[in-house]
Amino acid sequence: MFQRISTYLYLRPRLSLALLLLPPLVWFLVVYIGSLLSMLVNSFFYLDGFTGQVVRQFTLDTYAKLFIPTNVQILSRTLFMALAVTLGCIVLAFPLSYYMARIASPRMKTFLYLAVTLPLWSSYVVRVYSWKLILAQEGIISWFARLLHLDGVLNWYLSSPLLGGPSLGISLTGVFLVFVYIWLPYMILPIQTALERVPKSLIEASSDLGASPAQTFRNVILPLAFPGVVAGSIFTFSLTLGDFIVPSLFGNSSFFIGKAVLTYQGTSGNIPLAAAFTMGPIVIMIVYLLIARRLGAFDAL
Amino acid sequence: MSDQAAVEFQNVSRVFSMQHGSEAGAVKAVDNISLQIRDGEFFSLLGPSGSGKTTCLRMIAGFDRPTSGRILLGGKDVSDLPPYERDVNTVFQDYALFPHLTVGDNIAYGLMIKKTPKAERRKRVDEMLELVQLAGFADRKPAQLSGGQRQRVALARALINHPKVLLLDEPLGALDLKLRQQMQVELKAIQQRVGITFIFVTHDQEEALTMSDRIAVFSQGKIEQVGAPAEIYEHPATAFVAGFVGVSNLVSGEVAKRITGSEAMFSVRPEKIHLGATGGEDMFTANGKVRDVIYLGLYTRYLVELDGGGDLVVVEQNLKTTSMDVVKIKGQPVILSWKKEHIRKVGG
Repeated sequence: MFQRISTYLYLRPRLSLALLLLPPLVWFLVVYIGSLLSMLVNSFFYLDGFTGQVVRQFTLDTYAKLFIPTNVQILSRTLFMALAVTLGCIVLAFPLSYYMARIASPRMKTFLYLAVTLPLWSSYVVRVYSWKLILAQEGIISWFARLLHLDGVLNWYLSSPLLGGPSLGISLTGVFLVFVYIWLPYMILPIQTALERVPKSLIEASSDLGASPAQTFRNVILPLAFPGVVAGSIFTFSLTLGDFIVPSLFGNSSFFIGKAVLTYQGTSGNIPLAAAFTMGPIVIMIVYLLIARRLGAFDAL
Repeated sequence: MSDQAAVEFQNVSRVFSMQHGSEAGAVKAVDNISLQIRDGEFFSLLGPSGSGKTTCLRMIAGFDRPTSGRILLGGKDVSDLPPYERDVNTVFQDYALFPHLTVGDNIAYGLMIKKTPKAERRKRVDEMLELVQLAGFADRKPAQLSGGQRQRVALARALINHPKVLLLDEPLGALDLKLRQQMQVELKAIQQRVGITFIFVTHDQEEALTMSDRIAVFSQGKIEQVGAPAEIYEHPATAFVAGFVGVSNLVSGEVAKRITGSEAMFSVRPEKIHLGATGGEDMFTANGKVRDVIYLGLYTRYLVELDGGGDLVVVEQNLKTTSMDVVKIKGQPVILSWKKEHIRKVGG
């Protein structure tokens, strides 16, 4: 019986392909694209301020609201945070990825691979809360600073109006640190994969042709690792753009996109404005990918 | 050509420490080698894989450093110089072309590093493309080229810097037979035109014999023999060389005594042996039985079992015989004969 089914399908490759792709396609079209579309549609409706009802009528008013100063500030604050987090992740991830891909012994590599992915096995919320303990006013960092008699420096830093706050646990710096911490694996793994795919002979060839290690890094390793950096930054960038938990736990009163969406949708029922807000990251990501393509990030794919 | 050796090995050894789980040991990849390669010479390092030839090449390039001994380039000790400070360039086995750069930028890489002005870079790249017969390919990416074309780009990229020595690490290994033979001729022609010392690593004895001015035969980290192709082929110094370069029949002991009157091991090339008796004072003869016949068109290979033990391979051209004729001989007793001068006494 099974053999007859196998033979039947083997002789009809198109049918097999259709059967294979049907479930993911249904999921993708209905659940994924469908919800995106319904969000897009909602963003063109508006909320009647008097009745509190969503009016299903085409308007650009909701998008216009996106551009009032407060909301522009939310968008740009989130954008800068995402950029900073991405840069922070690149700076931390690159050396480690390089070590894992090109220097570490196989055993060391396995260990580091586990060490990098292990945190992903435990709950995101638990890990984020553990940072509360690290950053809190009586937390590990301030305790350590006191031990080193550096509490003056810490307080001076916290008194800065933009990055500081009552404690590291309630400041933009805290938000930045926690973001870098939770998204770091998503940056390490793609860079490491990209670096691993660079054959050793290319590095030898560069050095053979007269390039110093620094020149080899700039002319060969970096360009070939670039697709990995872009892949990693797509993760860190988009995850930061949409996250609402970290800013609400560590942020001061300043809003981020995720928090704004949550507030508008959950608290005030303004689904159109929430949807319009969500279009922000999507547009930003599209622009980002276009720039990356311009820079040749996908040439090697 | 000057008297100064282009490359000189002085008692060079390279020991790799190996760690396989709990086992630790050391492998002597190159074992106390001394060697002089003359200026302007096409020199081949020939040997089976793991014989140390590639390690020698990598030590000249600077990718690897001797555990002991010295390596001199043009009389200067370079043992402690990194690759980018050595005046040698390499054509890699896998070509190692930079995938993100165009053919032109690949070839210009060395000049770009040296900050040569753009106009001159362009001019010299065009000259190089001309030399390797790839004019007009400057704007393609390596991925768009065939294996043979990539090989030429790798050659051009290495030659554009006018190195004192060009190192070639089995560069023809990945090409098919026709292309390989064509590239052998071309490589030799290019070498004569540019007048640079070529050091060529290969495990293919035919390739080494075709192209080289001199050959060093490697086995187990040591050099068995250094000499011109004809010398290596006609006068193999050791049993290993006799067996590795060309097909060789090695005879020793009781059977050897029966033929030559001495038990000492000797070698004789298959093409020197004649099927059938040829009288004369200057001939050796041996009796045997044809065990196998392989018809190969141009010639036929016979495997003859000698009386008293041991096999001899005999190759005869099919000048008058056809495939029908040669097969009939299978199983028949034969007399083999060859000129006394065609045997070589070989050491252990």
